[in-house]
Amino acid sequence: MTDWPPPQRCLLPDGRLHLSDGPIDLVIGLEGTRPAIQSAREAAFRALCGVLPALAAELPLLRSPLLGRPPEAKHPVACRMVEACWPLRASFITPMAAVAGAVAEHVLAAIAAVPGVSAAHVNNGGDIAVHLTPGASLRVGLAERPDRPGLGPVAHLRAEDGVGGVATSGWRGRSFSLGIADAVTVLAPRAAEADAAATLIANAVNAEHPAILRRPAEELDPDTDLAGQGVTVAVGDLPAPLLEAALDAGLRQAELLLARGQIRGAFLSLGGRMRVTGTAEIATLGAPAAFLPEGAGRAGRE
Amino acid sequence: MVDRTSLFGAAEADGIVRCDACPVLCRIRPGRAGACSRYANEEGRLVRTDPLVLLTSAVEEGRPVVPFLDAAQEWSGEVTPAEPVFVTAIGAGTTYPDYKPAPFIVGSRHHGVDTVTVVTEGIFSYCGLKVKIDTDRHLGPECAPVMHEGEQIGHVTTAEYGSQMLSLGGVRHLTGGSKREGSVTCAAMLALCRKEAIEVTIPDGARLSIQAGAAPVVNGVRETRMRVGCGSAAIGIFAQQFFGHVDEVVVLDDHITGVLSEHQAGKCLSMRPTGLRVRGRRSTPGRYFQVAHPGTGWGGTDITDPLTVLESIDPKLAWPGMRVLMTSTTGEDALYLELDDALRPIPAPMPEAVRRTVARIGENCEPAMTSILFMAGAGGSLRAGVTENPILLTRRVQAGEVRVTMGGAPCYLYPGGGITLMADILRIPDKAFGYVPTPALVAPIEFTLRADLYAALGGHVEHAIALSALIERHGAESLAAPWMSANPWPDAPG
Repeated sequence: MTDWPPPQRCLLPDGRLHLSDGPIDLVIGLEGTRPAIQSAREAAFRALCGVLPALAAELPLLRSPLLGRPPEAKHPVACRMVEACWPLRASFITPMAAVAGAVAEHVLAAIAAVPGVSAAHVNNGGDIAVHLTPGASLRVGLAERPDRPGLGPVAHLRAEDGVGGVATSGWRGRSFSLGIADAVTVLAPRAAEADAAATLIANAVNAEHPAILRRPAEELDPDTDLAGQGVTVAVGDLPAPLLEAALDAGLRQAELLLARGQIRGAFLSLGGRMRVTGTAEIATLGAPAAFLPEGAGRAGRE
Repeated sequence: MVDRTSLFGAAEADGIVRCDACPVLCRIRPGRAGACSRYANEEGRLVRTDPLVLLTSAVEEGRPVVPFLDAAQEWSGEVTPAEPVFVTAIGAGTTYPDYKPAPFIVGSRHHGVDTVTVVTEGIFSYCGLKVKIDTDRHLGPECAPVMHEGEQIGHVTTAEYGSQMLSLGGVRHLTGGSKREGSVTCAAMLALCRKEAIEVTIPDGARLSIQAGAAPVVNGVRETRMRVGCGSAAIGIFAQQFFGHVDEVVVLDDHITGVLSEHQAGKCLSMRPTGLRVRGRRSTPGRYFQVAHPGTGWGGTDITDPLTVLESIDPKLAWPGMRVLMTSTTGEDALYLELDDALRPIPAPMPEAVRRTVARIGENCEPAMTSILFMAGAGGSLRAGVTENPILLTRRVQAGEVRVTMGGAPCYLYPGGGITLMADILRIPDKAFGYVPTPALVAPIEFTLRADLYAALGGHVEHAIALSALIERHGAESLAAPWMSANPWPDAPG
């Protein structure tokens, strides 16, 4: 069991690169000179090799709640997971909250090091690491419901916005959530931070109501990092004031992170209602995307 | 022989199954899926979300689906089951990565020949549907986009005899456009492949509801009949039966409108010229092109009042009391007329003999149907799960030495390079199709060949499993479905 095959790679017909390794599912868009794109594809593949087995080896540590002093992770991706989650430990959090973003960021770093790449994004099942050089831009579709990809509002990112990561979290997504948000999308300087913050804000969009069904996480997954906590499995019809209050609770968490400079902006969605906070990039809300890089927060492979 | 259980996972306490498809080694509780969502725990067994389907060669059609090893039919331990069983790829799973042997390589004996069936689910990025809609109504101009939920999922292609063809899906809609275009195309194809109905619209054309094996619904009206032939053909077929009961017959058709007395068929019967002239461009005597615009009225034209196609009635040739029948190519629309003293056509009750012939036109029309072929290229990496040297497989398939089936359904292999297949989705069992969010369709594919040939191809012989062993291990998690009697049994060729 120690010798795992390398990740699978294939080119999608539109030229994007698809890398997959177990639950890691990366769709990578590249812009730049032709030789640079060739080199970047190779660099991305090499960067992903070994990541999953290394993270798997450190899983017990990465699934432990952050308390006391920072755990000593070994692999660079594991270190980034810890680093991104550490400032958020006032709330319950484990480094796993940043796993998707940290993997995307790790692969993106290898791509960004290739000279001649003008823009790149690495989408790991909805958690996206973004690299933009001056003059380049990226339009990111924001999902109001991650299980229903569609033309929602759009964030228009430019190099000067300082956004290197876009991540989405919500109970309908591929990971467990303690909250009831349909989707929380966060823009942050780096993807691991975006991922962790989205998890935290989505957890904060919460309420108590009989129509909200929760189950102990360990009843669903014996190895979960959320053992002892109730994860949301269904949200029925909720009264409007409750929805507003839940969104406001999430908004307070987002604004706290915004004030501390940990995120650049956040978009919260619940029952068709929204909250928006942060930089002007989300000011373009409402313009439908002509180009959607893999819908934000899309669920994993079937 | 290799124990597949050890390749797929191991059971732990409390019904938990450990999946070892990747290093995460998810421990999955019953009823839950692993982190990748591709493998799940169903009552203590590691399975794909769709159960593997075993098709038994049932004597009678329509026998109910039964769980394979129920108490009444205990497994006797024979090498082959009493009833021939074919293992389909439905729910077999794909292997990760492709060069691992395909999920099931089954050795069995059919008609005394050792055969190997390699079973896998292919992820088809390159796939589409060729849809034949039996109608003469105008659905849209050639090349017009076919829209579904606001996205283009295909286009109108050729008109065939009595049918209109649509091409849906294909890689350019799946992954060549926006993310939404891909998702909508994938969902539409999946629905059609699962034999469900979808609604599509064609700008400047029709709104359609299509479903494999069902009559198409055009602009809310269910199509019932496929035309007997073009207007000229209808004249030719029924001329003798009309003769003596009417003086003139006009068969309205979008392609060729026929006029009996002027037509060669009328001439042979020495019919008297009537002086009736229809609109449009005369091709040959009694055969007219472009009598009206294409539409959803009579005979696939935009005509709802047939009198409007009559351009003139020559008073030197026509006579009072002249009997004229106007009909569509399906007999669904028909109007009987008699000229009054001023030579104006006046609708009149249709004589019984004429009514019978109009009914016969209808009787000769086949039921209108929507037929859908799934077309896909299997030339990709899934071949690596079958053999170490994929080109050998491609060549043997092309040479007819390997039978390719999809869920047991026969496939037509397109000549030329690669393994490009077409299969009638009605012959593929229900729920055979799935999707991945790439997006691409997941479809079952089986390769059946002689065991010695499989070894010669560099096949993963060491992973072959006897049919009996497969049923023993996976029978309980499998569905047994009756063999579709229209499908030939997929013996190894030669």
